Amino acid sequence: MKENNRFKNSLIMLIVTIAVLFVLNRVLDDYKLRILNLCGIYITLGLSMNLINGFTGLFSLGHAGFMAIGAYTVAILTMPVHMKEMNFFMKPIVPFLANIEWSFFPALMMGGILAGLFGFLIGAPVLRLTDDYLAIATLGFAEIIRVVFTNTQSITNGALGLKGIPASTNVWWSWGVAIITVLFMVFLMEGSYGKAFNAIREDEIAAQSMGINLFTHKVMSFTFGSFLAGIGGGLLAALLGTIDPNMFRIVLTFNILLIVVLGGLGSIKGSVVSAILVTIAMEALRFLDESINLGFVELKGIAGMRMVVFSLILMGVVIFRREGLLKEN
Amino acid sequence: MLKVTNLHVNYGGINALRGIDINIEENQIVTLIGANGAGKSSTLRAIMGLVEKARGKVEYDGEDVTDLPTKDIVKKGMVMVPEGRRVFEDLTVEENLILGAYTRGDFSGIRAEIKNIYDMFPRLKERSWQKAGTLSGGEQQMLAVGRALMVKPKVLMMDEPSLGLAPLLVRDIFEIISRIHSQGNTILLVEQNAKKALEIADYAYVLETGELVLEGPGNELLENSKVQEAYLGEAK
Repeated sequence: MKENNRFKNSLIMLIVTIAVLFVLNRVLDDYKLRILNLCGIYITLGLSMNLINGFTGLFSLGHAGFMAIGAYTVAILTMPVHMKEMNFFMKPIVPFLANIEWSFFPALMMGGILAGLFGFLIGAPVLRLTDDYLAIATLGFAEIIRVVFTNTQSITNGALGLKGIPASTNVWWSWGVAIITVLFMVFLMEGSYGKAFNAIREDEIAAQSMGINLFTHKVMSFTFGSFLAGIGGGLLAALLGTIDPNMFRIVLTFNILLIVVLGGLGSIKGSVVSAILVTIAMEALRFLDESINLGFVELKGIAGMRMVVFSLILMGVVIFRREGLLKEN
Repeated sequence: MLKVTNLHVNYGGINALRGIDINIEENQIVTLIGANGAGKSSTLRAIMGLVEKARGKVEYDGEDVTDLPTKDIVKKGMVMVPEGRRVFEDLTVEENLILGAYTRGDFSGIRAEIKNIYDMFPRLKERSWQKAGTLSGGEQQMLAVGRALMVKPKVLMMDEPSLGLAPLLVRDIFEIISRIHSQGNTILLVEQNAKKALEIADYAYVLETGELVLEGPGNELLENSKVQEAYLGEAK
């Protein structure tokens, strides 16, 4: 009975979500639609990081790097041939990529797969050590990827970035992927893999005595997470239409970490809600970065003031409500 | 049933175990006593494949299981209740039990096993939806034992089950051990509470700094003057 009710509720939620998206897709202007898209993409990204950091209890700081791989893969594979010629005016693109023009879906998958592959390659050696090493290795990896992308000019166009990426991401893509990710996560966490991830987070020694292979599960969780991060990055590239290596700094990882911690480590619902809230707040609080005229005194705008506010919120949450703002007891 | 020969374990440069020989017959309770750092826990962990063995051999039912990974050892029917209970605190009692059956594939069998455990420990049934972290120490120990029993083990290894429990609960725990034993399980018990352990043990080994110094039937060791002096706190 209970199972049945849950299924019915989920189905109703799904239909309502799709209906709301359908309406919003009609009535919102371009700017707001873009925020709506970003919400969907950040849900995927938040969940992908929650899988690694929240559910399995690993500490990865490499999300920006995996997103960069996904974003660049999608950008290079989907960009029309003549756009490539225009973009790569400083140094021509390597011949084997010059005439490639994939459609969006396979390119997006490829972005995810490559990110997942890199996740596996980093995870396999590092996850044999204790978790602190993963944080250091992934942090380093994200920076290395950025530097490599800046310097491989004949593949990524270096610091000039890529412009004119086909705008394939619409509400159905960003939210479709988000919904699939949510469903995937729910099934994963209900199943034995999810339970094993939880067990590893809770107590490694006990998990191991139950016959759970720590290493395999950690690598699996990390690879899944990286794959989803690559997908998120790919969607982002096809939404923004232009990317450059400096987009993928540690700040980007920090934004996603913010979503995960605010929503609650290990909470799917929390990540979804907080992804939406944080994305909207990032836009709504833009006025903080600009000059504010209070009538009697004019405050000079400080770029980055928004992030200070978010950092304060994050600190508050970590100190006073570590289980996250939205996680029920 | 379980035979350990010449087991060596090194941690870095330290030789934690230096040639341990243990033999356990079916449906026996065998205990391993000794002071802190004598190598009791290391012995269990080495048998379970949780720490690397430098040398030695472990045979189970006449089969060499020395180099098997933990999950296969669990599948063969040996399981360990780790020291300090180590329940998954943020998961419910029931989820803890389900995780205990991680190496089992049969869903209906797992359900039936949970029912068995609840019959054995009604307290756990009352608290099946509670988070394991909210249980008392004694209940957590029950849960840890129940979780291990989820795989229907033939050999149950327990690492300091009475550690940190009130005397009344210690009695309960030893009662539980006897009960599990009477259901046909073979038990390897590591204990600091040497008196209690020797009282229920068919056979006992005394470990000192990584080596076996004494062995014999439990009641014989209880009478042994050396054991009395060193582990039972009785003057000559």
